[in-house]
Amino acid sequence: MTLIDSTSSSNAAETGPALSFDRLSMVFPDGTHALDDVSFDIRPGEFLTVVGPSGCGKSTLLKIASGLTENSSGVCRVNRDSIGYVFQDATLLPWRTVQRNVELLGELHKLDDTDLKARVAEAIELVGLSGHEDKYPKQLSGGMRMRASLARSLVMQPRVFLFDEPFGALDEITRERLNDELLKLFKLEGFAGLFITHSIAEAVFLSTRVLVMSGRPGRIIDDIEIPFDYPREPELRYDPLFAEISARVSAGLKEAHA
Amino acid sequence: MTAIDAPTQQAADSRDDIVIIADAPAAASSNGRFRTVVERVIPPGIVFAVVLGLWYFISYGVMNENRRKVALPPAHEVLLDGFLTWEDKAGLKPILAAMQVTGFVALVGLVIATVLGMGIAIAMNRAKWIERSIFPYAVFIQTLPILALVPMIKLWADTGVKGRIIACVLIAIFPIITNTLFGLQSTERAHHDLFTLHKANRWTRLVKLELPGAMPAIFTGLRIAAGGSVIGAIVGDFFFRKGSIGIGRLIDNYQKDGLRTAELFATAIVSSLFGIAIFVVFGVIGNRVLRTWHDSAARDI
Repeated sequence: MTLIDSTSSSNAAETGPALSFDRLSMVFPDGTHALDDVSFDIRPGEFLTVVGPSGCGKSTLLKIASGLTENSSGVCRVNRDSIGYVFQDATLLPWRTVQRNVELLGELHKLDDTDLKARVAEAIELVGLSGHEDKYPKQLSGGMRMRASLARSLVMQPRVFLFDEPFGALDEITRERLNDELLKLFKLEGFAGLFITHSIAEAVFLSTRVLVMSGRPGRIIDDIEIPFDYPREPELRYDPLFAEISARVSAGLKEAHA
Repeated sequence: MTAIDAPTQQAADSRDDIVIIADAPAAASSNGRFRTVVERVIPPGIVFAVVLGLWYFISYGVMNENRRKVALPPAHEVLLDGFLTWEDKAGLKPILAAMQVTGFVALVGLVIATVLGMGIAIAMNRAKWIERSIFPYAVFIQTLPILALVPMIKLWADTGVKGRIIACVLIAIFPIITNTLFGLQSTERAHHDLFTLHKANRWTRLVKLELPGAMPAIFTGLRIAAGGSVIGAIVGDFFFRKGSIGIGRLIDNYQKDGLRTAELFATAIVSSLFGIAIFVVFGVIGNRVLRTWHDSAARDI
């Protein structure tokens, strides 16, 4: 009995939300009503994607979660010390090599040097950039820059990962390949993911759950559980059920635009 | 002239495209090389010849002997009297001695202007109210004609080397301030967000983000400031006439003499060459520092 109890209580702690939005609203000082009464939780091991029309406040969600922007009402609960934020652009510092870029966050948090070096090597290995440590961002392709950007966040071993349309600027093939690899990282690291995208296929392929947001002010108008198990193979994209779910997301988006 | 230039040109070419020369048929490669030589040497050569011809035409065709000596001595006299004569009080020796004095003053002035100017720009970048309070004075100093500025320094300060250095600093500091400030303020928003997310303090932000990002702009400022500093050193010396003789006083002396115009020309050419040298040195240092990451330095000049 005792054994079961303790297990279940530790399970409860494990499964408590890593990130939680409760009746969140956002009105900017210029009067723009970006978010309206948004509530959802993300548990550890959950990968949640928000799709919606441009300017519906999707990115504002991430800004609020990370603390870059203060919300006007409602509550956001998250451990801010354990957030990874992947921007739309790779935002690498152009005067630093891949190695030095991946070291950056550790430097900012004053990590011990030998510990940092080990973490950096591991992160670079994980994103498949080994052998490119001494290259400058200028010498890398868009996909490789994004990998370096991912590695930079991985070094801090975040429990919550925020992605702000990170692959939007990449070509389709590179994007799919990075999706595959992101899923591997997700399974390996077990973080909670909040992903923003315009791509329906990307949303369905990556996520355990997809939220559709309406146009401004952003509200959640559909909440879709994605039933596929991990690991997900690239061929999943051609599964009939995958197409069915994509159609539902697409219908939601059309409604959002209306 | 061509005889000296041609081999250098050849050497430069063979260094640039070794592969092509090794692989291509000899005729084609020599033909291509011939064309680059023609394109690079002939047009500037023609312009140079025209300028020289015009010079001789005015010296000999327009002026009589007395006027020629005072107003426009022919090119070979400038070469002979200004560059190929080496005496204590004539020819190249006093010119180079004066250049050494002026060069030293200009460099010291440039270093002071750089340290001060970057410090001021960093302070201005720190708060809008500091920028608003200081910027008008920076513009004021910049727009104040140097000819009005220098006599004022004479009223307030020691007019030896120190006064000249002050003149250099006053001229050189504006481009340093504006370019550094522009560089610091052009940091990307997303980079700032990244540093904010990871709780970087102002100092870390400055050292790891803003200053490295501002380096291309700072080097642009340095190049402009270096030229200004040389002018400051010359004009200061020209007015103060005190302390070791620099280019300014030498120009004044030769100009007043009336019969040493060839050396006056030589002095002007030497100080101009010095300015070019400083410009090139900063260009090379800038390229070295920025080559790996900034587009402005990636181009081959």
